[in-house]
Amino acid sequence: MNWFRNFLLPPGASTHVGEMDGLFMFITLLTVFFFFFNGALIFYAVRRWRRRSEKEVTPHITHDTRLELVWSLIPLIVVMVIFFWGFRGYVKAWVAPNDSMEIIVTGKKWVWEFEYPDGTRTLNDLHVPVNQPVKLVLTAEDVIHSFYIPEFRLKRDAIPGRYTELWFTATRPGIYQVFCTEYCGRGHSDMLARIFVDTPEQYETFLREGDEQVRKMPLKELGRLVWENKGCATCHSLDGTRGQGPSWKGIWNQRHKGADGKEHLVDADYIRQSILMPQAVVVQGFEPIMPTYQGLLREREILAVIEFIKELQ
Amino acid sequence: MSEGVLHAGAGHAAHHADYLEEPKGLWSWLTTVDHKRIGLMYMWSVLFFFLVGGLFALLIRLELLTPKQTIMDAETYNRVFTLHGAIMTFLVIIPAIPGALGNFALPLLLGAKDVAFPRLNLASLYIYWTGAAMAVATLALGGVDTGWTFYTPYSTTTGGGVSLMVLAAFVLGFSSIFTGVNFIATVHKLRAPGMGWFEMPLFCWGMYATAIIQILATPVLGITLLLIVMERVLGVGIFDPQLGGDPVLFQHFFWFYSHPAVYIMILPAMAVISEVIPTFSKKTIFGYKAIAFSSVAIALLGFLVWAHHMFVAGMSLFAGAIFSFLTFFIAVPSAIKVFNWIATMWRGSISLEAPMLHAISFLLIFTIGGLTGLFLAALSTDVHLHDTYFVVAHFHFVMAGANLIALLAGMHYWWPKMFGRMYNRRLAAIAAGIIFVGFNLTFLPQFVLGSRGMPRRYFNYLPQFQDLHVISTVGSWVLAAGLFLTAAYLLASFRQPKGMPANPWGGRTLEWETTSPPTTHNFEGQPVLQHGPYDYRPEPAPVGVKEMAH
Ligand code: HEM
Ligand SMILES: [Cu+2]
Repeated sequence: MNWFRNFLLPPGASTHVGEMDGLFMFITLLTVFFFFFNGALIFYAVRRWRRRSEKEVTPHITHDTRLELVWSLIPLIVVMVIFFWGFRGYVKAWVAPNDSMEIIVTGKKWVWEFEYPDGTRTLNDLHVPVNQPVKLVLTAEDVIHSFYIPEFRLKRDAIPGRYTELWFTATRPGIYQVFCTEYCGRGHSDMLARIFVDTPEQYETFLREGDEQVRKMPLKELGRLVWENKGCATCHSLDGTRGQGPSWKGIWNQRHKGADGKEHLVDADYIRQSILMPQAVVVQGFEPIMPTYQGLLREREILAVIEFIKELQ
Repeated sequence: MSEGVLHAGAGHAAHHADYLEEPKGLWSWLTTVDHKRIGLMYMWSVLFFFLVGGLFALLIRLELLTPKQTIMDAETYNRVFTLHGAIMTFLVIIPAIPGALGNFALPLLLGAKDVAFPRLNLASLYIYWTGAAMAVATLALGGVDTGWTFYTPYSTTTGGGVSLMVLAAFVLGFSSIFTGVNFIATVHKLRAPGMGWFEMPLFCWGMYATAIIQILATPVLGITLLLIVMERVLGVGIFDPQLGGDPVLFQHFFWFYSHPAVYIMILPAMAVISEVIPTFSKKTIFGYKAIAFSSVAIALLGFLVWAHHMFVAGMSLFAGAIFSFLTFFIAVPSAIKVFNWIATMWRGSISLEAPMLHAISFLLIFTIGGLTGLFLAALSTDVHLHDTYFVVAHFHFVMAGANLIALLAGMHYWWPKMFGRMYNRRLAAIAAGIIFVGFNLTFLPQFVLGSRGMPRRYFNYLPQFQDLHVISTVGSWVLAAGLFLTAAYLLASFRQPKGMPANPWGGRTLEWETTSPPTTHNFEGQPVLQHGPYDYRPEPAPVGVKEMAH
């Protein structure tokens, strides 16, 4: 049966996996069984009692109380088993242990923002230590989003004006995909994040210096990574097509006309300001919708973006 | 399939003009109060919108052929899937069987001249057309990108024609309510002499149960939709937290209607199947009362489970447990019905005409559709599967699969009665097969997509999901081919002369005792019930003899 489960479900990586997968496979087998059971009955009936002459007479069977009781009670018992099984898993996933590490997650069109206990903030990349209970407190800024990690078998809506909770203990170091599963508009399907399940040492380093990959990467590459991972890509294209914001192609050293009517030279200072105080100058013809990245990007990452834009001629 | 002789029925009434012929002219159709004409106009309208909604579906599937942009951009995609969902739900599936088949067949099955309120019936059709026109007009306002569920605060803050679309759904609700009121009164008041509640064909029970939901639940949707318009237009804060509202409240209101509404979609389908299976098995229905009561039980229980759509929306543990528990109770009457239908076939005399083939498709597809509901009703599994393609597959199995295939079964069943003509039965059998294969090819892979973590309403997706998406898209072409074939041979049947006998299938319900097609007033004089609806005994006991009435 393992191959079947591996076909249907992604490999599990949290403490909630066992409960959910067991029940999932139980109902799957039930579905497969009843499909073939009903199919076989129908097939048999059609073969055996296919009409051969118009004069055929059929028995007049109106009902059979005993049989009907059987096929009412068996489904009833089966669904009650499923109910309790599903309830048990849900309860276990309900209350976070007291020693959970708490991370605040904010969804907004179309990025996920994470705030750690020490105040560190990251965008779209969440680092958590392995084997440590983690509690996510979810909220949203604009519309409802939903935080879904298939490998953890977990999902919870992030609702503006409310806090919802989710907790897990990751069991395997690795990188896991997060999806937004509550429809939220144009960038809904790009509102992806990743959870890095770190060994304790990796996690310490991350808190101090940002993640390893980032530290070793050449600036230009890092710039592209920031563009991809931190939400820039949802609005800024690299090939000149117009998005929610101006494309980055060929803008270096150009003059941009701001909504204030003045011209601005696109240089390092200008880019830096646009990242940290995006409303200071808004390019004419665009809405002032860009969120600030103050506190979200390390200094080296801002430099990297500048280098990256320079290259986009 | 067998090319067996069709039953020769009671004599042709070639001298009497039938309801299609008399009175003549477009105006006579637009002002008719004849339930059969209204039923046909509903049918053509619903089929037209099914074509439109279906073309949108093909566009959606084509876009999903590749992980990134294929034929349209994200904003267009969002508008296309919203329109697809809204058209299919509000303009096709909800009105399809009650509006088309119910209007046509219910009075005939009851032995009545018409529905209780013929003018109200015509009004419901005009309201339907008005709502439909409004829904289409949203395109001129830049379309709607909220999804058919209109979740707040997205729907109260996004641009485009949301208010108009929501008003369209509001207007369409009245058409649904009018039909419901009409059917309830008709069933209570216009049964033929001798037809007690338990001598009524099960189709009528199904329509009755549907009508109860239509009149009780639809007003709630109406009010909710108006609240959205108030928030959008007047800025009254009801759902948007920025205005002091509560976005989750909307979900409660919406599903308080829309969960019962899924039974507005399935009960009529079950009603059709309950007619088709006995006729083509030439055997009395097994467990009449169980089927009748389970329809009513489903209708009533359906009001108590709405929040199973919100298990991950931050409800309390207690509320989650209650709604999950109640949801499981609904699964039981559904299972009972399937077993009853199979038992009806048992030891029957089964002929695999097109309506029966569609009924068998229905049984198999509904089995999967219903059982996959269990994954979603159970709390721990729903957390994983909610808002993924698994849910998409589940509701297409019960809505597109069960409901539309039942519509096809019913159309093929009553086609000779409606038009006095027969379609090409061999092509019909082939098309039923193609539709079954195409349907499963399209939607089975979506279960696996969902359980592997593919979220719904995604324009872009990760490359690992592509293979299954490709299978699904190819399936959509097979399904479309089957449906176009069906349209072709049904239309071609109009080139045949009218000449169907009164009772081509050998059915035992009252509609088969009048000419095909019937005259305007359905029957010559008032028919009196001679035997139960599914009594196939050579010399049936007359109604009223106690042992037969189950
Ligand atoms: C055995 C019976 C059924 C059970 C136990 C069941 C259970 C459920 C549950 C729990 C959900 C919510 C899933 C989620 O959003 O996470 C759901 C969704 C849905 N079901 Fe069913 N269901 C059943 C039959 C039906 C039938 C007969 C229909 C309609 C003909 C139907 C139509 C739908 C629709 C339309 C949705 C999703 C709507 C949306 O989110 O857009 N279901 N079902
Ligand atoms: Cu529901």
